[in-house]
Amino acid sequence: MRRTRMRTVGARALVAAAVLGAGVLGAGTSQGAGGTRPAAVVEQAAEGALQADDNCDLAASLPPAKNVGAKIRKIRERGSLVVGVDQNSFNWGFRDPQSGRIEGFDIDLARAIAKSVLGDPNKVTLKALPTARRIDAIKAGEVDMVVRTMTITCDRKKEISFSVPYFRTSQQLAVPGSSTAKSFTEALRGKRVCAAENSSTHLELKRDSRGASEIRTTDNQLDCLVLMQLGEVDATFTDSALAASQLAQDRTMRLIPETVLPSYMGIGMNQADTDLVAWVNQVVAEWRADGGWRASYDHWLASTMGSPDGYLP
Amino acid sequence: MGTPVITQKQGAVAGLPAQAGRQPVPRGPRGALGRLRSQAQTPPGRLRLAGGVLAALVLLFGTVAAWQVADRAVVASQVVSHSQPLSQDAAEIYRSLADADTTAAGGFLLAGAEPPEIRKRYQDDLATAARLLAQAAARTGSSPEAQRSVAELNQQLPRYAGLVETARANDRQGLPLGGAYLRYASKLMQQTMLPNAQKLVDAEAEQLDRDQETASAYPLVALLLGLLALGALARYQVVLFRRTNRVFNVGLVGASAAVLVAVVWLAAGSAAAGSALADSRQTGSRPLAELNRVRISALQAHAAENLNLVDRGSSDTYSKAWKTLADPLNGPSRQPGSVAWASEVAPSGANAAMTEAGKQFAAWQKRHQAAADQQASGDYDAALRATLSATGGDTSDAAFKAMDEQFGKAAAVEQGRFEAAASGVGGSLELLAVGAAVLAVGAAIGVVRGVGRRLAEYR
Repeated sequence: MRRTRMRTVGARALVAAAVLGAGVLGAGTSQGAGGTRPAAVVEQAAEGALQADDNCDLAASLPPAKNVGAKIRKIRERGSLVVGVDQNSFNWGFRDPQSGRIEGFDIDLARAIAKSVLGDPNKVTLKALPTARRIDAIKAGEVDMVVRTMTITCDRKKEISFSVPYFRTSQQLAVPGSSTAKSFTEALRGKRVCAAENSSTHLELKRDSRGASEIRTTDNQLDCLVLMQLGEVDATFTDSALAASQLAQDRTMRLIPETVLPSYMGIGMNQADTDLVAWVNQVVAEWRADGGWRASYDHWLASTMGSPDGYLP
Repeated sequence: MGTPVITQKQGAVAGLPAQAGRQPVPRGPRGALGRLRSQAQTPPGRLRLAGGVLAALVLLFGTVAAWQVADRAVVASQVVSHSQPLSQDAAEIYRSLADADTTAAGGFLLAGAEPPEIRKRYQDDLATAARLLAQAAARTGSSPEAQRSVAELNQQLPRYAGLVETARANDRQGLPLGGAYLRYASKLMQQTMLPNAQKLVDAEAEQLDRDQETASAYPLVALLLGLLALGALARYQVVLFRRTNRVFNVGLVGASAAVLVAVVWLAAGSAAAGSALADSRQTGSRPLAELNRVRISALQAHAAENLNLVDRGSSDTYSKAWKTLADPLNGPSRQPGSVAWASEVAPSGANAAMTEAGKQFAAWQKRHQAAADQQASGDYDAALRATLSATGGDTSDAAFKAMDEQFGKAAAVEQGRFEAAASGVGGSLELLAVGAAVLAVGAAIGVVRGVGRRLAEYR
């Protein structure tokens, strides 16, 4: 899937990647390091909800470190890592109808964290969360973390902590094959569009509906695919990775090539759990370095998303 | 109380009492008074006039008695042939629909291991619902609300079935889209179809209550007219005796006897019909309605139990729903809506089944709690195994099914009790209506003959 806007996105990504690279190598993060990140780039980066204020660096997180703090101790006492996941995102976090087990790229990552914290990848309790409840569940302590194709946004960073990015993403429109829309704006103007409740795409539509006649929200982006198949909505606005997973389930759907709001996926955690955030950052760095990321990508995503080059943060 | 419901069938009869009422007094009060005065000048005139009034009164009594009782007879037959079966069918429609939804969720939870029994149970549920809906649509006599609910359910049922099949097809491909379709289907069922079915249940239950009340109402007007006629006959004979010194007048004595028999039969027959209907209600339709209510709540609780597992802790919607439904079921025996209450009001013949059902209910509640504790501690797979399995075993699903089976047995007993008590009532009331009419006509002829005898003496 070549992106038409890859050039602008690519330029920004390059800077971000440089910043991130520094972080992943354990040399500290670019927190407030205005020097490595020209303000101009921030200006250009996706307007609106994802880039609400200039001081927000989407890729920034705590320096990676494996120090046992209060939260890690608590998890070890419990003997299980409670992770908020999705059971409806094909190839990311989904319930395999044949086995009944929840699997996917996100689940692999959650297990890698459990293995690092508890020594056993199976010591995870998977709690399926609807999109809208992710932040509440983190703040209320119902889950230790959320690994659920969660887009890092500045607004969300005010409420929870994110790990360093583990996937590069943007937002995209999926439309039924019968749709004649060529461009992003054409696919939205006067159309009924669906998004998961409180997802970053929903918030973006609330900010600027781009002329959509109706915004339908669901618990989950997959419910949007049902509504599209039943003809109740004309388009689904969601994460490009999830749009691809919709396409994988229904070949008659089509993606509008234009992508907007470039960002990253991150693991959401409670702001108080600094020891856990630092630990998870270390796990993400290791997972990327030791080929875990690549192996999971090849297993779950390569067939629908092609080469991993555009996605590795 | 006792105002006859004039249905179309009685529309033709409805005019009768008015005509009968016109017969004795076919003129205005003033004209009547004038004539009375002129007639009253002569004894035979007076005699004739009084005899006419008497005969008319007896006929009026017969007409009103026949009309009121026939009315109740029709409704009493309707209770057995229409209202009660319809209300039972409505409950059955609700149960089939709710069970289809629960079973579909169960099949989903068992994933690739969905046993053929579950598939069959789901198909049987849909077939039952479709058959009963078709019958309900074809039957006349239900209220407009009920008809509307039936029409809507008839449209929604194929749609629901299609959604579930789409869910299955996607499941078979290994796609999570199947689960999304199942949620969509379940939402249609829970938020649209079941409320519709509930409306149907309520409308039919109300109709049954109304019909039972109408059928057991005492025919007061007829009885009062009967006593009035008896009194008038007695008084007339006393006056005649004083006038003529003849003790007996065969015609009038016969008329009195006929009216007396009609009044006694009317009183006793109505009381018997009333008590038979009360009994059919007490030991049949009422416990059955209570049992249906409990069964439906239990089914919904069971659906919430399954859907909560489908949900995997993503919301507390279904655990709350479980609590809302299961708490009343666990209530004490004096609290309507509890399993203990349904046992309390059940007739003796259903006691064994209800006792066994109560045991299974307790087991179900205990197993559900165990599964809920496992889910709370994060062991989803254990919770799933404790809730349902392809092989049955000690799951909460197995306990629920055993309980529902016993409920089914108790329901059959209660249905039988209802039919045994209520089925003869319509026939005996019809006989009473005909009997009252025949006796009144006989009595009127007796009056005419008796008065004629006395009139002849004046010639």
